[in-house]
Amino acid sequence: MPRKEGSSSTVQGAATPATVLSRDPDGQPILRVDRLTKHFGGLKAVDDVSLSVREGSLHAIIGPNGAGKTTLFNLISGRFPPTSGKVFFRGRDITNSPQHAIAHLGIARSYQITTVFLQLPVFENIRVAAQATQSQYNFWGSAHSLREANERTDEVLEIIGLSQKRAVLAAQLSHAEQRQLDVGIALASRPVLLLLDEPTAGMSPAETEQLMQFIQELAREVSVVLIEHKIKLVMAVSDRVTVLNFGNVLAEGSPEQVQSDPRVQAAYLVGAV
Amino acid sequence: MASAEKVVTPRRSEAQPAFTLARCVGWLDQHPAVGISAILVVMPFIIPQKTLASEILIFVLLAASYNLLLGYTGLLSLGHSTVFGLGAYAAAILLAKTEMVSLWLALLVGGVVPGLAAVVIGWFSLRRRLLYFAMLTLAFNQMVYYAMQQARGLTGGDDGLRGVVIPPFELPGVSFSIDSLQHPYAFYYVACGIVILCLFFIQRVIHSPLGHALEAIRESEERAQMIGYHTNRLQLLAFVLASMLAGLSGALFAISHGFVALESLGLLVALVCIVMTVLGGKGTFVGPFVGAALYLMLQEYTSRVWANWQLLLGVLFILLVLFLPQGVWGTFKRWYYERRGQGTRVTDQRAEAVGEEVVDA
Repeated sequence: MPRKEGSSSTVQGAATPATVLSRDPDGQPILRVDRLTKHFGGLKAVDDVSLSVREGSLHAIIGPNGAGKTTLFNLISGRFPPTSGKVFFRGRDITNSPQHAIAHLGIARSYQITTVFLQLPVFENIRVAAQATQSQYNFWGSAHSLREANERTDEVLEIIGLSQKRAVLAAQLSHAEQRQLDVGIALASRPVLLLLDEPTAGMSPAETEQLMQFIQELAREVSVVLIEHKIKLVMAVSDRVTVLNFGNVLAEGSPEQVQSDPRVQAAYLVGAV
Repeated sequence: MASAEKVVTPRRSEAQPAFTLARCVGWLDQHPAVGISAILVVMPFIIPQKTLASEILIFVLLAASYNLLLGYTGLLSLGHSTVFGLGAYAAAILLAKTEMVSLWLALLVGGVVPGLAAVVIGWFSLRRRLLYFAMLTLAFNQMVYYAMQQARGLTGGDDGLRGVVIPPFELPGVSFSIDSLQHPYAFYYVACGIVILCLFFIQRVIHSPLGHALEAIRESEERAQMIGYHTNRLQLLAFVLASMLAGLSGALFAISHGFVALESLGLLVALVCIVMTVLGGKGTFVGPFVGAALYLMLQEYTSRVWANWQLLLGVLFILLVLFLPQGVWGTFKRWYYERRGQGTRVTDQRAEAVGEEVVDA
């Protein structure tokens, strides 16, 4: 299968200059969601949602509880197929690709409900994620002699600040540490697009601030889509904000535009009491 | 000043004897395949009943193969006897019905036939998870059981397959009979060599990239998929590997008895696999060995002192499951690591990569 290069000049870039500066607001979309819809029985969890995420940007998706944010992530990451609509990654249709194949393209995600390998040590949690793109079926070699995976693990442990806890079982970490580990597992495979699903869920204000700073730093290297429930949190850090409400896109734009939108204010007054 | 004092005072002041239970547990946990092999080699001299020793040997392999599924991959199969029985029948049919009386050929078909069956059974059963996976493996077990029961010409049906010719052990330059009537220990040590090779193979698999991926799948299949593992295919691979090893133990079983009963395919054997693995400690390398040895020894010795031994065994299992849910070995291991101030379960080679502080005693 020929793999398309993610270069900016090939993908529908007639109107904008083909620059690849990492924080260029006019960069090409790394992810494009086109009229995505998901019905669960009679419930339209995601209803005709279109959005595009520019390469190198930090794109926040906000909305009240039940707005369809996590479902949207599940559709993008291939956990289940949409009822209709399409998902493009660097111009390539990935709508019906299975989850494991999507990971190999360079998309990684974290989870709102902490999903780590509880009975494995912290080190192994990251290492097994770094290993996934290198070696899966080899049942004869030694997993611990995969040097690249080991090195990446040390790097990630350093980045997420869990180097001291490497030998501890994930189950024995504090909640905040488990949240960090959850993000670390996503980082291990060196993704180019990172989907973060409410990474600050259940964290104290101080921990939240620290993590948001960390995410901002991350966004300098990879494109980030960040789901957040708390609207204030994302305004300072995002390049672009999409507001979802009842499965629909309510508004999209820069943080300032979105914040001053009366519809957004109304939705938040109603939805997030 | 305080820090200087600390340096002078050793952390562990009590002098430790060289040979303690804790040290044995620690050593066995670090070198499980070597340790178990050593015990298997001397076992006939510890256990006077030769047949009991052979039985333990064969069931150690069966339980270890099951542990690969239940303990490492997190798959609860109710059909491990399917592949055990198929291995036994495949080897026995070759030895009883054909002219090809060769130990190596018997072991080959004993491994390959269940492996092929496992591809089919696994492909269907792994469409579902948990209880539904278990039900599907159970359904296949019943189908194979009745198919073998009906294929009288080949399998002997309800009467079992008799007339299995015990093949000689043959390698270039060496050849001897392994019939226990002629050489009491010949079969045991030939089988012991094969089981030891399999144990080392299993150890390698556990420490391989595949083995680590399987553990990740056990902990969270969703997450394993999201980081790029083709979880279904990896589980199928584990299912086939475990089935081939179970088939090998079945082939050894057929050769050691010279006979295959239809019941070797039965549900009871499948349940015994689960009991042995859980009793010893699932997900630990040593666990199935402890479980198989304990189960068979209890069966042997309690049945001698009391006719209603199964009652005693039942009570014991209830107590074990209630109070030692991690199994006998799992509990030992936990005790050992907690004693050393690490609440973690860090196994053998993994420890080296995790950090020296863990290996250093």
